[in-house]
Amino acid sequence: MNEGALVTVLIAMLGGAIRVSTPFMFVALGECLTEKSGRINLGLEGNLVLGAMVAYGVSYLSGNPWLGVLAAGSSGLILGAMHGYICKLPKVNDIAVGIAMMSFGTGIAFFFGKPYIQPTAPRLDSIPLGDWTGNSALAQALQVNPLFFVGIALALAMSWAFANTKWGLIVRMTGDSAASARAMGVSVDLVRFLATSAGGFLAGIGGAFLSLYYPGSWNEGLSSGQGLMAVALVIFARWDPIRCIWAALLFGAAGAIGPALQSVGITSGYYFFNAAPYILTLFIMIASARSKAAARDVPGELSITK
Amino acid sequence: MSANSFNRRAFLKAGAAGVAASALPLNFAKAQTPVVLGAVYVGPRDDFGWNQAHAVSMEILKSLPNVSVIEEENVPETDAVSQSMESMINLDGANLILATSFGYYNPFVVDLAKKYPDVQFRHAAPLWNEASDPANAGSYFPYLNQAHYVNGVAAGLSSSGKIGFVAAKPIPSVLSNINSVLLGAKSVNPDATVQVIFTGEWSLPVREAEATNALVDAGAEVITCHVDSPKVVIETAEGRGVKTCGHNASQAPLAPTGFITGAEYKWETIYAGYASALAAGEPLPNFMIGGYNNDMLRNTAYGAGATTEAIAAADAAIAAMVAGEPIYKGMLKDNQGNVVVDKDYDNYDPYLDGMNWLLEGVQGSIT
Amino acid sequence: MAVDTAPTPAPVKLSGRPSVRTLKLAEAIFIPVFALVISALVFSVFLLFLGQSPIDFFSLIWIGGFGSSFSWQQSLQRAAPLILAGLAFAIPARIGLTMIGAEGALVLGGFGAAAIAIPLVTYAVPPLLTLPLMALTAMAVGGVWIGITGWLKHYRGVNETIASLLLSYIAIAIMNFFVEGLLRDPASANKPSTLPIGEAYRIGAMPGTSVHWGLAAGIVLAIVLHILMTRTTFGFAARMTGGNARASQAQGLPVGYLVVTCCVVAGACAGLAGFFEVAAIHGQANASLVAGYGFTGILISFLARHNALAVVPVAILFGAIAAAGGLIQRRMGMPDATVLVLQGIIFVVLLTSESLYGRIKFFQPGPVGERT
Repeated sequence: MNEGALVTVLIAMLGGAIRVSTPFMFVALGECLTEKSGRINLGLEGNLVLGAMVAYGVSYLSGNPWLGVLAAGSSGLILGAMHGYICKLPKVNDIAVGIAMMSFGTGIAFFFGKPYIQPTAPRLDSIPLGDWTGNSALAQALQVNPLFFVGIALALAMSWAFANTKWGLIVRMTGDSAASARAMGVSVDLVRFLATSAGGFLAGIGGAFLSLYYPGSWNEGLSSGQGLMAVALVIFARWDPIRCIWAALLFGAAGAIGPALQSVGITSGYYFFNAAPYILTLFIMIASARSKAAARDVPGELSITK
Repeated sequence: MSANSFNRRAFLKAGAAGVAASALPLNFAKAQTPVVLGAVYVGPRDDFGWNQAHAVSMEILKSLPNVSVIEEENVPETDAVSQSMESMINLDGANLILATSFGYYNPFVVDLAKKYPDVQFRHAAPLWNEASDPANAGSYFPYLNQAHYVNGVAAGLSSSGKIGFVAAKPIPSVLSNINSVLLGAKSVNPDATVQVIFTGEWSLPVREAEATNALVDAGAEVITCHVDSPKVVIETAEGRGVKTCGHNASQAPLAPTGFITGAEYKWETIYAGYASALAAGEPLPNFMIGGYNNDMLRNTAYGAGATTEAIAAADAAIAAMVAGEPIYKGMLKDNQGNVVVDKDYDNYDPYLDGMNWLLEGVQGSIT
Repeated sequence: MAVDTAPTPAPVKLSGRPSVRTLKLAEAIFIPVFALVISALVFSVFLLFLGQSPIDFFSLIWIGGFGSSFSWQQSLQRAAPLILAGLAFAIPARIGLTMIGAEGALVLGGFGAAAIAIPLVTYAVPPLLTLPLMALTAMAVGGVWIGITGWLKHYRGVNETIASLLLSYIAIAIMNFFVEGLLRDPASANKPSTLPIGEAYRIGAMPGTSVHWGLAAGIVLAIVLHILMTRTTFGFAARMTGGNARASQAQGLPVGYLVVTCCVVAGACAGLAGFFEVAAIHGQANASLVAGYGFTGILISFLARHNALAVVPVAILFGAIAAAGGLIQRRMGMPDATVLVLQGIIFVVLLTSESLYGRIKFFQPGPVGERT
């Protein structure tokens, strides 16, 4: 690969990181909040798909894409609240309910989404941050949707709040030891219900990004498992909001490798290049597992890590 | 493919009408026998692409008094499709099945046709083989690469000739579209090139958008594609300010400034042929293939991206193909330097059905 | 996740009351049936809201799923891969692992079977030898694939849920890479596939039915694995580990061996499902192997409470709903997603009904007077 090609691939990865990462970011942050409270919601794929459909439909019908974003968040909130409510019942397994909610949310989205595959809905605008570079590829890579910055700001806020606020402490305590939270007079069920609902809201927003910005239309193959993967990234990011952002960016950048390598003429084995995000994540996980830090970060109440 | 090719040549000699009927037991001979038509789609019926093109064209059959149509969508290419078809036959009394996805044919359509000799099966790909396949099965297929050739002509004169192609999988029907775009563009612009990116899946919107961006970043001025639902590719390219050519169905409304033209199937020609055969109580043809010469294709009405000379040249290319002008004319080399087209090939020559090469001028590789 | 690892109280026979075992069984039947009825009611409201008739809908489900021997065979045929996929989740679940990678093991197992068949078929090795070899290859490949995840979990501390999901995607990429490259049959022009094994090597239907042998294999395996998990020392140790891995390790149980073995068994189940897809359905390996059975299996296992025997009826129920889904589309003109919504509702309600166990007084051992 010559220098020009390398630059092309790197610019594509930068652009991919910015374009593709946002839905992963929102789902991962939502899941991070939920899991910090000691509950796991594997069903955010359903929130993502339903959010995408609702956002597109509302944007199309109302003409206002931001209204679509809000509606997507609300649909995610409802699914999250259902998950949160059901899981506080005794003996109910949160992982199983998550998978069931994924199938329910996807089904609802496909059922009511049929009329919105065809029309073109108003989409979200982006902020051109790279026009000064004079390089069209770079300028394109730096076309950034406001939601991208919202995601980063949210991660910083969550990270700060977990460490420095009473609410953050309550969530973390609920997640680490329900017994001690109860001893402090905290309603574990309520905290987890709120955390799951809020997490669902964020995942819904992630869906709005998919249908209203990039790739920017609604169809049934839109998500193809991104929500599931984003949930997995939280464990990969060891329940740290900032690391969730890095994980999402890395995953987005790795996803751009396949098309970018083909565009510079490296065409053999594109199935493996396209699988690069998965292979990369797996290797990093294997390399970083077993570290003491990894064990320390796990919320003690999580059923997935027991 | 030898038996198949015999059949096809016979068909071509038979000439223009595009109907090769073989002597079948006259299952629909009694005009009063009601026809229950079962249609199976691999994706959603309103996907802005392949399945929608079929579903819309099916309307002509629904309007017949003697025909009732039952439909199933999102049926995967597994035994689910043979179950769906069998259920249509056993529970709904279907006596004509239209299986509209490539992977349905073998083994599913073939096996069921053997099991239910009284039911007619027609499948949307040129796969039926007179020698080995049941007589109650059959194929129908328009050669879309002719319309992609027209895309290429129009694209070559609406830009400096750098064309980007987002492709799903490196299979002959996709490769033929890529090569035809190149040949069309080269026929009017000898410097034209086509750069291709394979996504590896028939429908994967995020990667399709990424591939489109990568092609534009690499300098493509026109983007076209062969994926199941081209909406994302066309919209992304329009958003990047480059021109576009469509695929499968009309994507003109998606790209008001950059749309040049698009390659569209005209399934209704085939379905209308079936409909009139059914209405007259005649047997359905086993093998129906075609292109511009028998009205099985069309190009989307030219959009704002098409230049005047591009429109004139594209119309001329269509007229030439109606008259039987071949697309693949020797000598042509592939992009590895091997001669792959050593003489003029008829547009329906079976040799072309098996192509596993990309022509010189295409950047990309099939492995 | 360890559903019933708690020691069962010793059977106490009280006068005038059925035994504890009978009560438990009655509870285990009543609650899911009750949940199914509730799901049907919820879905009926959904249908009424859309102006559709619930009576039509459920009679079509009945006709399409169970109404005739033809419908039964369709349901059973669809259930066959789901049983094996359900087992592939249930066995690791009993040892406390959330292993969602059966899809990858199924795809790679099927691919392995088709790949090993290429030389065997080319040299005309008889089917009676070839088919078992294909099945063993599929089980070995699937077993290794999930086994890797189990090994990574126990010995390297890698979270098995993500690892198995990632490995699924990687498995599909490997299959596609070979099917469209090195091992592609040149004749499979527009649907890249491995060399077809040919009619002589295809597994036919079970006598008197149109259902392939994968169903029988699934049911036999379900019984065998149920006995393994409930009646043997291995199963007891595995379930104990599922209850509390650290304590089991402290007790000197070979936890690593148990974990990896359960994963290998699970992968073998998924691989076997892949073998039947190749040998009974497709006759070759291609992208159609990626049909989502592995993911449906997860839910089936949860609904069966990871009980290997219960996986069978649950899988048949879902096979029936899938089989009837086509009829719903055709007769009622409703979209394919209708069935997804119904399935989603059933999943959610059935899982919610878990909380009823032990809370309905009728099913609890005790004096008759306490009945409500």
